[in-house]
This record gives sequence, structure tokens and C-alpha cells, in this order.
Amino acid sequence: MIDLAEKVLKGDVRAIARAISWIENNRPEKEHLIDALFPHCGNAQVWGITGPPGAGKSTLLDKIIEIERRKQKKIAVIAVDPSSPFSGGAILGDRLRMQSHATDEGVFIRSMASRGHLGGVAQATSGAIKVLDAAGFDLIAIETIGVGQTEIEVVGLSDIVLLVLVPGLGDEIQAMKAGVMEIGDIFIVNKKDRDGALKLKAEIEYVLGIQFADYPEKMKPIVMTVASMNEGIEELLTVTDDYFLKISNDGSLQDKRKTYLKSEIRQIFMQKVSAHVNHKYKFENRLDEWVDEVYQKKKRPYSLINEKINLFLRECNWL
Amino acid sequence: MKKIIRILIAKPGLDGHDRGAKYVARALKDAGYEVIYTGIRQTPEAIVKTAIQEDVDFIGLSLLSGAHNELFPKVVRLLHEQQADDIIVLGGGVIPDADIPQLKASGIETIFTPGTPISDVIQFIEANRERVSR
Repeated sequence: MIDLAEKVLKGDVRAIARAISWIENNRPEKEHLIDALFPHCGNAQVWGITGPPGAGKSTLLDKIIEIERRKQKKIAVIAVDPSSPFSGGAILGDRLRMQSHATDEGVFIRSMASRGHLGGVAQATSGAIKVLDAAGFDLIAIETIGVGQTEIEVVGLSDIVLLVLVPGLGDEIQAMKAGVMEIGDIFIVNKKDRDGALKLKAEIEYVLGIQFADYPEKMKPIVMTVASMNEGIEELLTVTDDYFLKISNDGSLQDKRKTYLKSEIRQIFMQKVSAHVNHKYKFENRLDEWVDEVYQKKKRPYSLINEKINLFLRECNWL
Repeated sequence: MKKIIRILIAKPGLDGHDRGAKYVARALKDAGYEVIYTGIRQTPEAIVKTAIQEDVDFIGLSLLSGAHNELFPKVVRLLHEQQADDIIVLGGGVIPDADIPQLKASGIETIFTPGTPISDVIQFIEANRERVSR
């Protein structure tokens, strides 16, 4: 096991791939693995690439890889696609558009199925980022599943969120304003050669203009691209570099990473507490009895729950 | 919990007939597997690198151009060079019966020719589940 972590730190591709599988499959060894890698994390930039289905996220990423590779950066991609809620299977096809980099030693692409996790990424995404970070990748890009209004977990995971939009989605953009419009750090109007691209840009400017009316210096950049024709990508990367420099210098990058760590530790702690309670208190066994009492209206739900919690805390000597 | 099996469906060679590969990819998804699909015209090198990065349990190669005797064994050879022999390789497409023994001898574990019911493919995968549950 420690062996696997050591191989990951040396950049061994098989070990990196296997480590990500361990995390995806929630193997018990995963905790030691992440603890072994964690001291080596924090050097990579993590970018989230998000936007509605068909916006051109994978194609854009393909071009970004092409340009960043010329700067000798090592790049990893985690491309998330949805799992079928019926079969649990998935077709992971994002890498199709990035396959020209398949034999490049400096590029690692991993497709990841959401496996029932909501939020636009997979449960394993944050662990996989740690593996890739420790393995020495300079840039880790997370391509989310096509998002609507609530798939916004990528915000916590990444240092920068690139929100890719396209003209022609009409009212869907209006509908997304509440959720997705708030998560982008850099806005990309892709397929700018299409009708309605300038109108879309104006709409985004309008929405952001209201949002940042009192802080115009916080106004977010909007870049227009045609990813498939390699247009606007250099400009996008300049904007991204500037943004990263800014958040590194003003401390917001550090704050953001710390905030995410806090939410991660909270979540894992709560999960473990609940697992312990389940196990020690035989919660599931007791639950059936409680349900009967409430269902037959012998007890009211909150009265029963509060009564049981008090009993439980007393058993633990917490009261 | 049962391990979720990951399968790479890849098309080496120069033909663009990907209907079969797409059909199989979709059917395997419906059977509960995670299927990585790379599209047409993949080199054996790209297929092997992809399989390793994706940590797949199986590679399904589809080819209809007649270059199977060259390209299928090359994938197996490259996997061996990368110490990735644990990945099970299967083939499909218009493969003449006469070529099958030789392909199997070179490490392609099974060949599915046109008309094979998808249940045969799933049966093969399930029969090998123990081998890939590492």
C-alpha cells in the first residue's frame, strides 16, 4: 500500500490510475493512501470546466492542453460523465475529443462516472485531485457533467471555475442565471461564430453588471472563443493566468482552499460519526420499531426523535 | 458491493465503421459497466496508454478493415511491455474464422464475430469477474 503511494509520488502512471480506482471503489486502503499523499499536495492549479451539455467543454480543454503543453506543463484531466440511474453503467466519452494527447507522456486523462453522486462531479473527484496533485501535475482540469442549476460542487474543488456557455440555448441561459451564473470566475462564450454570440455576451455582461454594480473591480472576465477552430484560446489562457496571479496575491486562493478543506473534514467527520452510531447503537434495527410507532400515530415524529436522542446521549454519558 | 467493471471500447485501424462499437458500448452501459469510448482510428499505442490511465479491466477492440492480424496482437504486446497483462483483451468485427485460432494464441482471449448476441459478451465478462476483482 505504502508502495502504491511511493509509486504515485514518482509519477508512475499505472500507480496513479490504480490509486484513483481505489478511491473510486472506496477501498479501505484509501485513507492511508490519501494520508500518505497529502503532505505532497498543494502545488497544482485546479481548474473546473463547467457549462451545459454540448457547450464544447471537452474541445476547449483539448486546445488548452495543446497550448499549455508547449510551456512544458504536466496536465491531468478528470472528465466526469453521468452514470445511468437504472443500470449503474456509464458511457464515458469526453476523452474522445482529447484523444490526440493520448500518447503524450505529460498528459493524463481519466474518465470518471458520477456513480449516483449529485453536484456535477463524482464522490471520488476530490480524492483523485489529491493523487494527481501529489504525482506532480502542474495543472489539473476537472470537466464536470453538463450542468443545470445545482451541479455546482466543482466550485469547492477548484481554484478557478471556467464557465463555458454557447449561443442558442435561449431561455435556458435565463434559467441558469440563479445557479450556474454565480459560479464562474471566467466566462467563456464558445462558438462565437454562431448567431446570437454577441447577444449572449451582452446578457452575461448585464447580469454580472448588476451583481458587481458596487464593486466594478470584481467584474469577471468574459472571453469569446471558437474552441474547434482554436480561436480565442491564447487570450483565454492569458486571462486565466492573470486571474490566478491575482487570487494568489490577494490571499483568496488560500482562503478558498482552506474553506474547501473545512467542508471536506466536516463531511468526512459527520459520515464517520453516523457510521459509528449506526454500528454501535444498531440504529437500523431500532428504526423499524420507531417507524411503526409514528406510523400508527402512537407517537409524534419530533417528540419520538427528541426522546430517543436524549436516551442515546445519556447512554453515551454525554448528558 | 460488487466492483464496477470498467471496459475500454476502442477502434484500431483506419476504417470508420463504428456502429458496432457504439452498439456494444451502449449495451455494456445498460448492463451496468463503465464504458470508455475513444472513437475511431486509434493506434495500438494510444489504446494501451488509454487503458492504463483509465485502469480498465477489459479492452474490446473493434475492427472491420482486415488489419486485425497485425493490430490486435500489437495491443496485447504493448500491454505486456507495460506490465499490464492483467487487462483482458477481446476482439470483434469481421474476423474470418480461419484467423481466430492465431489471434487467440497471440493473447486475444475471445473474438466475437457479426451476429453475436450481446448476452454472449456480457456472459464472457461476468465469467471473468473474479479475475479482474483486484
